[in-house]
Amino acid sequence: MNSHEHMFRAALLDPAQAVPEGLTDGAGAPTTKRFDVYRNNVTVALIEALRTAFPVLRKLLGDANFDQLAPHFARAHPPASPLMMHYGVDMPEFLAGFTPLKHIGYLPDVARLELAIRQAYHAADAIPLSATDLAETEPDALMAACLSFAPAVQIVPSPWPLFDIWRYNMQEGAEKPRNVAQSVLITRPEFDPVPHPLTPAQATWISAIKAGTPLLGAQDAALAQDPKFDLSPLLTLLLQQEALTTLTTPKD
Amino acid sequence: MSKTMKSVAIVSAVAAALTAQTTTSAQAASKEKCYGVSLAGANDCAAGPGTTCAGTSTVDYQGNAWTLVDAGTCAEIELPALADGTPRTGSLEELDRDLPA
Repeated sequence: MNSHEHMFRAALLDPAQAVPEGLTDGAGAPTTKRFDVYRNNVTVALIEALRTAFPVLRKLLGDANFDQLAPHFARAHPPASPLMMHYGVDMPEFLAGFTPLKHIGYLPDVARLELAIRQAYHAADAIPLSATDLAETEPDALMAACLSFAPAVQIVPSPWPLFDIWRYNMQEGAEKPRNVAQSVLITRPEFDPVPHPLTPAQATWISAIKAGTPLLGAQDAALAQDPKFDLSPLLTLLLQQEALTTLTTPKD
Repeated sequence: MSKTMKSVAIVSAVAAALTAQTTTSAQAASKEKCYGVSLAGANDCAAGPGTTCAGTSTVDYQGNAWTLVDAGTCAEIELPALADGTPRTGSLEELDRDLPA
């Protein structure tokens, strides 16, 4: 960007700044109103994008409050990419540092969850692993085997009842959030992302597997977190949700 | 827990998953569909802004009950305080005062 472009961009995101010098209309006359209109349109379009991007945040704050917040974010964090479907990646950090909302501690995690749902939606397809693939592996090889996740699978760790908060706001008649820590697993079995609540031990198991730990090691990590950890419900969920893609045994 | 017991646990988890795959696939499929129905409004915008699906869901929103709820549900949610004593819920009145216009 040259200095003119820098000036233009800075003025575009700050209504307090003067219209950049040297802008003329079609007849060669200086233009001020046209720039103001354009500047307003840019901000309004970004606010509209944020409304679409963060439906749960909008519901938690209420439309009026969200619309007051959105211009602050949009002007501080204009899109870094023309791919608007991923707009808002800076929202969790922005909320964490936004003093008037600091007292609502779970908002940044809600923003992370909404971003992760969109990531999952736009992730590549993958051929899922079936329970049969696992069952046909020799027990010893299975203990040392590593698993990989489908590109759509996302994990959002949280000390808040994140899944319950999401469900309470997105599903009619859902029960109120319970007093538990819930990390959220997002799968995409067909076309739409589906969030699932995870216990801390389940989240630990998934993190270990994601980091390339073999099944036995992941079991150790989860048991260290919760001595009563049972892999069955989690493994069943992951296979039913088409979340696993490949099984790598040491021989391979 | 010994290594043998852990491998038994893993193998039985695989067996449970295999059983679930063969016996409950129909049930699981209907459950999935139910999810999609209740999330109709939300699923429209799962693709996010800048997509055609977001464009059409703006219209869907207007008919949706939750867009009409202006007050927000923040205050209704019962949440645990964090270890550092961060309060559990937020007051929206306070927010109104602190935000610049």
